[in-house]
Amino acid sequence: MTTTQPAPAGDGAAYLEGFDATIERGDRIEPRDWMPEGYRKTLVRQVAQHAHSEIIGMQPEGNWLTRAPSLRRKAILLAKVQDEAGHGLYLYSACETLGVSRDELTEMLIDGRQKYSSIFNYPTLSYADVGTIGWLVDGAAICNQVPLCRTSFGPYGRAMIRICKEESFHQRQGYELLMTMMRGTDEQRAMVQESVDRFWWPALMMFGPPDADSPNTAQSMAWGIKRNTNDDLRQRFVDMTVPQAKALGVTLPDPDLRWNEEKGGHDFTAPDWDEFMQVVKGNGPCNSQRIAHRRKAWEDGAWVREAATAYAAKSRAVANDQEGAA
Amino acid sequence: MTSNANGAKAAGAGVQAEWPLYEVFVRGKRGLNHVHVGSLHAADDQMALLHARDVYTRRNEGVSIWVVKSVDIAASSPDEKDPLFTPSNDKVYRHPTFYTIPDDVPHM
Repeated sequence: MTTTQPAPAGDGAAYLEGFDATIERGDRIEPRDWMPEGYRKTLVRQVAQHAHSEIIGMQPEGNWLTRAPSLRRKAILLAKVQDEAGHGLYLYSACETLGVSRDELTEMLIDGRQKYSSIFNYPTLSYADVGTIGWLVDGAAICNQVPLCRTSFGPYGRAMIRICKEESFHQRQGYELLMTMMRGTDEQRAMVQESVDRFWWPALMMFGPPDADSPNTAQSMAWGIKRNTNDDLRQRFVDMTVPQAKALGVTLPDPDLRWNEEKGGHDFTAPDWDEFMQVVKGNGPCNSQRIAHRRKAWEDGAWVREAATAYAAKSRAVANDQEGAA
Repeated sequence: MTSNANGAKAAGAGVQAEWPLYEVFVRGKRGLNHVHVGSLHAADDQMALLHARDVYTRRNEGVSIWVVKSVDIAASSPDEKDPLFTPSNDKVYRHPTFYTIPDDVPHM
């Protein structure tokens, strides 16, 4: 058995035809089907980046686990951070079906060969950030992820379905947290507003560069990996968020944000794309801290992985001996 | 490179061997089949069950879990799909819709 099979010389065209026909029918590609190398590479990059984002995404919120203001909030946050770990694992599993190993993926993350979402390079400075991340960051993630449930690669779509089911809890707990703070003191309301002011622009960046600067989008859409362009999803997110902000009683920090009757959507200011590029290149406020933390966890955990392997080998040997003796 | 039914490599390419890959099957509730839900790495069967509980049943998704090493699954090859399933293609008489029954015959 081989993973994704290389097209044999001579008959490559027939394989490509079969692949194209599957995509054309709207059917899913499954791991052991032949696929073009570009399709496989694009998926490895995208799914790995998505998995890494879930794992790195545990850090900004994990920052508040020991300082949550009540046992209720702590239990909720713990469950949420645990979910992010689970989401990372679903996605790593999907990525492994493309013939790349889990260890390789982890190593590509910590040595910087693969990326994760730029949003997680921003710090969580106040407890309100826990709410804002749930509302805006997970809200943006939901916008991105719901269409990906229909992505053309089977394992990726199935992982997305599981994730989307759980993501709604993330967004709602965040929004409820912010609502609670907005019903509190002036100081608490100011904390919420300050947090929203900081996260609004990075949240808009989560959808990636504008379509004109996103050279891979057309191919990804032709392959059915992506279902919507970055700008379409960003627009959808803004339109969803405006009424939520109003209900919450916060101001989104964009003076030019207004409804445009003609296009049936909001006009809004683009985020600072230079800042985005800087963060992607590794110069965001927390890039080195996030990777250093992940590397430390990976290296400090090595003895646990080795000990478990040794224990499993020993248990097997003991079981074999007993069988032999019986 | 060897791989399992799910396509993933059986062992890591890294210096230190990875924990083996397991496929996870969950019975959603009594009366239903176990259904494949995904995969995970674990050092042994017991750890695979515990990880499966934590990764795939955080919200009462199951009442029973099976785990099996991915390398132990034998799978049909996608290349042989056509010849493998051909025998059932031309046997339309195996389907109830093959038989015409008058509309006024009840309970058929």
